[in-house]
Amino acid sequence: MALQVRGAVKRYADITAVAGVDLDIAYGTCLGLLGPNGAGKSTTMRLLTGQSRADEGTIEVLGYHVPEQSKQARALMGVVPQQDNLDIELTARQNLEVFAHLYRVPARDRRAAVDWALALAQLVDRADTKTEKLSGGMRRRLLIARGLVHRPRFVLLDEPTVGLDPQVRQELWALIDGLRIEGVTVLMSTHYIEEAERLADKVAVMSHGRVIARGRPTALLDEHAGRSAIEFYGNPERLLEVEGLAHAAGLPTRRTGPAVSVLRAEEMSPALADKLGEGVQRAANLEDVFVLLTGEKIE
Amino acid sequence: MTETRISLAQPMTRVRWLELSAMTGVWKHETTLFRRYWRSTTFSSVVEPTIYLLAFGFGFGSLVSVVNGYRYIEFLGTGVVATAVLFSSAFAGMFVTFIRRVYQKSYDAVLATPVDVHELVAAESTWIASKAGVYGCAPLLVATAFGLDPSWGMLLVPLIGFLTGLGFALFGIWASAVVPSIDSFNYIISGVLTPLFLVAGTFFPIEGLPEWARALAQVNPLFHCVQLVRHAAFGLQPLDDLYHAGALALFAALMGFLAERKMRSRLID
Repeated sequence: MALQVRGAVKRYADITAVAGVDLDIAYGTCLGLLGPNGAGKSTTMRLLTGQSRADEGTIEVLGYHVPEQSKQARALMGVVPQQDNLDIELTARQNLEVFAHLYRVPARDRRAAVDWALALAQLVDRADTKTEKLSGGMRRRLLIARGLVHRPRFVLLDEPTVGLDPQVRQELWALIDGLRIEGVTVLMSTHYIEEAERLADKVAVMSHGRVIARGRPTALLDEHAGRSAIEFYGNPERLLEVEGLAHAAGLPTRRTGPAVSVLRAEEMSPALADKLGEGVQRAANLEDVFVLLTGEKIE
Repeated sequence: MTETRISLAQPMTRVRWLELSAMTGVWKHETTLFRRYWRSTTFSSVVEPTIYLLAFGFGFGSLVSVVNGYRYIEFLGTGVVATAVLFSSAFAGMFVTFIRRVYQKSYDAVLATPVDVHELVAAESTWIASKAGVYGCAPLLVATAFGLDPSWGMLLVPLIGFLTGLGFALFGIWASAVVPSIDSFNYIISGVLTPLFLVAGTFFPIEGLPEWARALAQVNPLFHCVQLVRHAAFGLQPLDDLYHAGALALFAALMGFLAERKMRSRLID
């Protein structure tokens, strides 16, 4: 296993940010860490680099015990933080050069590593542009390239596409998918369901510091939301009626904006379908699982 | 993914408590940045002592010609070295470190690489101290233009500036981790640094001060710096100078211990 976390607990005074997390990631696979803001995803990431110290539990990254051997683990890891902490006074190339040094890329390989990372980030033409002059998407690509300049074996991506345009997100997805194809192990936290569905081999859903579900996206769908959903529209009374009928038949529902989605629609009896009337059928997705597991209300 | 000849990251074969590779990474960051701002730093490092020398030299110099056996330009030119070292080390330690840690989050990025907190603190403080050692020479050069006679002993001044700057850089780093906000530095500047540089024998001799102030000067690192610089310029006094250098080394060691502990508590939770 590239990563083994057992019973990790992290407390800040009265708050338990991580409450007994177990995680496993096989070499060369991508685990999507899903969860709402405040679920404990970023703290879990910091535990893996030794920048947060677990109060309980054990962590092993690439065979190294963390925090005791975190330096050895960090030498083989690449970290892409959620917050852009690039040095804005430096050019794209200079940012990469600095991190090639910090990650101890041998002197003879440094220039090639920086050129490779610039190409990876599609910033060859902007290599000598100051970072503050780059667009948000370019900066995010540079941030990812900075974490990959030493060709790590294990990459932590903390919300890699948060706040980006759909086009830029697509570009980054291709980049991350390329890592997986190359055999790099990836742990990616996200609250974009589509991102996890597209990129992750397995998904772990976190809520209130715990992993409350884990597995392949398709398995999670089968277990919690079924294969299809039917959305019913109407006034509030109508939506309440749909929810009541579905629940009475043992089918889960979730609110999706102005509609109610009845999940596991493939199990719906013809009689119930008649009662519920006309709806819009769609495939169930990880968002349905996510909302079912973490609740409909934002805390 | 693009075609590449770059090999995968390799496991560390040997891990030491303090690694040069970790420190050179941090120094690379600093030297890359320094290429951008060296002009403004050099400007202020040269202009500031020039102003002090002109203001105090023409002001006090017209009233007193000899202080403690030195011509006033000799007394002042060597004393202002300590002020230049203090400003270039303590302020960098305080402001730059605070901004990098709190606003830019640069240190979070550095600590995600194979660099530990003590290596980060050691690298940052030695970099600042190196600059302080170099820029501490600026007042001597300016004073030479105003009539200070050069001497071979002055070649030791960069080392004295480095040792003093190391202590004050670490003091600044510690202070940056103690204060709740950047505004709080006002308390440190007014309450600690200003008294330190006034009661160090920089502009006037401490012999004229009350006894308690003279006693306090013995625990003022800047006083020891001033004494060492004067002895380097006008004649070493080995036993005294060992004492002064020891005091500066002790100050740096104490501040290093405090800075590392406080930075660790701020950066590793």
